[in-house]
Amino acid sequence: MRTPLSRIRGLGSAHHGTEHFWLQRLTAAANVLLLVVLIGIVVTLVGRSHATVIATLSKPLVSVLLVAAIISVAIHMRLGMQVVIEDYVHSEFRKILLLMLNTFFAWGVGLSSIFAVLKISFGP
Amino acid sequence: MVELTLPKNSRVVEGKTWPKPEGATNIEELRVYRYDPDQDANPRIDTFYVDLDDCGPMVLDALLWIKNNVDSTLTFRRSCREGICGSCSMNIDGTNTLACTCGMDEIKGTVKIYPLPHMAVVKDLVPDLTGFYAQHASIEPWLKTTTPEPSAEWKQSHEDREKLDGLYECILCACCSASCPSYWWNSDRYIGPAALLQAQRWIVDSRDEATGERLDNLEDPFRLYRCHTIMNCANTCPKGLNPAKAIAEIKKKMVTRQL
Repeated sequence: MRTPLSRIRGLGSAHHGTEHFWLQRLTAAANVLLLVVLIGIVVTLVGRSHATVIATLSKPLVSVLLVAAIISVAIHMRLGMQVVIEDYVHSEFRKILLLMLNTFFAWGVGLSSIFAVLKISFGP
Repeated sequence: MVELTLPKNSRVVEGKTWPKPEGATNIEELRVYRYDPDQDANPRIDTFYVDLDDCGPMVLDALLWIKNNVDSTLTFRRSCREGICGSCSMNIDGTNTLACTCGMDEIKGTVKIYPLPHMAVVKDLVPDLTGFYAQHASIEPWLKTTTPEPSAEWKQSHEDREKLDGLYECILCACCSASCPSYWWNSDRYIGPAALLQAQRWIVDSRDEATGERLDNLEDPFRLYRCHTIMNCANTCPKGLNPAKAIAEIKKKMVTRQL
């Protein structure tokens, strides 16, 4: 038997969450700019030859912007999905498992995408 | 996982239709949630007819009329009947509000009355607010100072006093917290819009000396950051307050002290 106040106080404050909150908004703002760049690059490359696409993606500025977009989107995706899991999954085991899978997925998608961009950028 | 359907013993069934008042010409129909913990039965919806010529204009007047004239077992909280005690909060026509300040003429068609959503029901329209009050207690809603008390009162400028406007008026009716989906899913860890609005009332008080301590107590992924700015709290508050804005101010302070 625990008192209502004891239940509500629970394990106390975790003393974090602000960094998550701030990073989610920071990456959201970065995504607005970087996704415009990404869409711009994709639109300009529609219908172009394979050689032109490789040449464009090999330009340092284009590569750096694409890598930045991938990092920002991957972080934002991981943070957003983490909140959804915490909101709706209440079994501790399932929640921790899904949070781990979420992190693995974001890292996997991010690293493979960065690898692809760098491979094109630095040549075969 | 989140439960989108009610447990079997909580599913609402059709209840009793009570007779229309004899000789009445101006009648309003009310459909009211009923639950009796002493009976081993599911909650039900009873239909009542109220003689508007013999009854006040508010929903609370109709409930009192029913209790006095039709079914004395109908259970609900009420006290001040003027929107200041927060006792008669319930879900009327799909919105959490106070029965005493909600006019029957504001509602089109049948008046549908349920207890505050997603709270355990004690009886009929009475929800269990134990956890809600504990959340309020957890933010320690009193002036905290270390400086020795002055011989008279703690002074506050007019400008600093104005910062409490929109916060101090909260009557703890629980309409906002009970309207918040984040609170529905995580009320064991998220302290809800009402408690957070109260927290901001003390955080922003110029006389309080425990601002940092108060922010420390709230800095938690669940206690504070379950608020996703859904804004149901601001929409439903019968006092016209904006808990979502108060919560945003707390988040802003959290970021400010880190950057």
